[in-house]
Amino acid sequence: MFKYYGKYAPYLFLLPAGIVLLIFFFIPFFQTFVLSFQDYSYDIYHPAWIGLKNYIELFHNPIFYKVLWNTFIYLFVAVPILAISPLFIAILINQKIRGVTLYKILIYLPVIVSIVVAAIAFKWLYADQGILNYIVTYMGLESIGWLTDPKWALYSVILVTIWKGIGYYMIIYLAALMSVPKELYEACDIDGASFFRKHMTVTIPHIMPTIALVTTISAISAMKVFAEIYVMTKGGPLNSSKTIVYYIYERAFENLDLGYASAMAVVLLIIVMAFSLINIFCFERNKYQL
Amino acid sequence: MKKFFEKFSIHFILIAVSLLSIFPFIWLISTSLKGPDENIFAYPPTIIPTDFTWANYSGVWDKVDFIGYFINSMIVAGGTVILNLILSAMAGYPLARMEFKGKKIAFFSILATIMIPFQVIMLPVYLITLKLHLVDSVNNLAGYIGLIMPFAVSAFGIFLMRQAFLGIPREMEEAAIVDGCSVWQLFTKVLIPMVKPSLAVLAVFTFIGSWGEFLWPSIVLTKEAMYTLPVGVNNLQGMFSSNWRFIAAGSILSTIPILIFFLAMQRYFISGENEGAVKG
Repeated sequence: MFKYYGKYAPYLFLLPAGIVLLIFFFIPFFQTFVLSFQDYSYDIYHPAWIGLKNYIELFHNPIFYKVLWNTFIYLFVAVPILAISPLFIAILINQKIRGVTLYKILIYLPVIVSIVVAAIAFKWLYADQGILNYIVTYMGLESIGWLTDPKWALYSVILVTIWKGIGYYMIIYLAALMSVPKELYEACDIDGASFFRKHMTVTIPHIMPTIALVTTISAISAMKVFAEIYVMTKGGPLNSSKTIVYYIYERAFENLDLGYASAMAVVLLIIVMAFSLINIFCFERNKYQL
Repeated sequence: MKKFFEKFSIHFILIAVSLLSIFPFIWLISTSLKGPDENIFAYPPTIIPTDFTWANYSGVWDKVDFIGYFINSMIVAGGTVILNLILSAMAGYPLARMEFKGKKIAFFSILATIMIPFQVIMLPVYLITLKLHLVDSVNNLAGYIGLIMPFAVSAFGIFLMRQAFLGIPREMEEAAIVDGCSVWQLFTKVLIPMVKPSLAVLAVFTFIGSWGEFLWPSIVLTKEAMYTLPVGVNNLQGMFSSNWRFIAAGSILSTIPILIFFLAMQRYFISGENEGAVKG
């Protein structure tokens, strides 16, 4: 093909996006590291260089370990549930039944609604004399301090993330299910395989790459939770529901300690990068090939 | 008979899942419609209000500037969508169709931005936004620009558009050039109309993402008049501390616009064709 464009054309086309990414992505990215070596707590316009002090303090801060631990609990609880239950639902929806669109709309609804509204709705369910405690006491158990008991708060918040994510991953699974060859199911039916057996031997192996994809993207988004915590618990009680992004926000914008918060952002970066690299190089490779 | 039982149990489970998905909203709606003579903490709880009233809606409407929040959200989401469409299409085109020095670098730099979430870089982004005076304390326009710019382009959008341009047969370009089109005319008059479906997907998902954004506006906004809907709704909790009837009514009100948008655009979301198109 002949070259119909001038020498500078490609650069001119890339320029607008390039400028935005430079100012709002690449410069901030490198500045995150710079900030992490500075102290902003005295004067936001004249930070002081303090070397590794933020990192040293960070690794001596018991709250930081608590926050990291909470973040990992978030991952370990939310990710398996978000990888498995939407698949189960998608398989059911994928059967030849009526009302599929209505089911999809209803189950997808939590995805579309603002996380703030979702968190408020759950806060109301979780109220001390709220409807969930009514159910709990009706079953003869003692009422639970869903958001006020340090034993429960984190799990109550995780439930909101799970509830809001199921519809999203269900759609991803539905798309993957379409690609499973129908003949395989027909063969199963002829052999008289049970519903369960059919999906264990045909569906699951076929969509394994999608399961892996959902695992990594739900892990990355679990690392980034903020709004649920901000709206429902503010990280409390006793830091029991505080995860890393919320703690970064708190140190930066409530304690105005941008340097310290940036050191945490660097830690977050390292963890998220690990997941992202797995994601890009293993599961979405074809999407990003030059 | 076995078939019937199987279908019955599938519907049973799916109805249960659907109910769990919408129950928090149902309960919020129920609370928002209960009048002062009904105890909202009553045991056993009642879904259908006994003291039915619309008063909570009119009450919260009078005290809270929902129209203002809505307009702010529209400006921010609209601006974000327009910029994403323009910038992503422009950047996606040379990455799909042109050969130039530094193409690899450009490609991989953009790819790198996917790996680093906004939460990691938000503190310097905040400082830069302050330095550029793009905050609402300067003036409203600066405030809007500050809300939009960090999300004005995304790697997701650029790759989506690049993919779309890759799908256009090269003969189209050759024919247009032979007919005397300039590169810019070729891009705007010939290629853009051909990638409209991808632009629509990008617009819908950028809109949803921007509409729901909470972290960034809650960092930069200082004036209540500039609040977007999510920030305004969160603020209801402070305004009406324990008046759950008002908080519930306000939350439901704020959800109506996006609900309409979703129902109108539902095929984009639930058809499965745009799998993985929204951020998680």
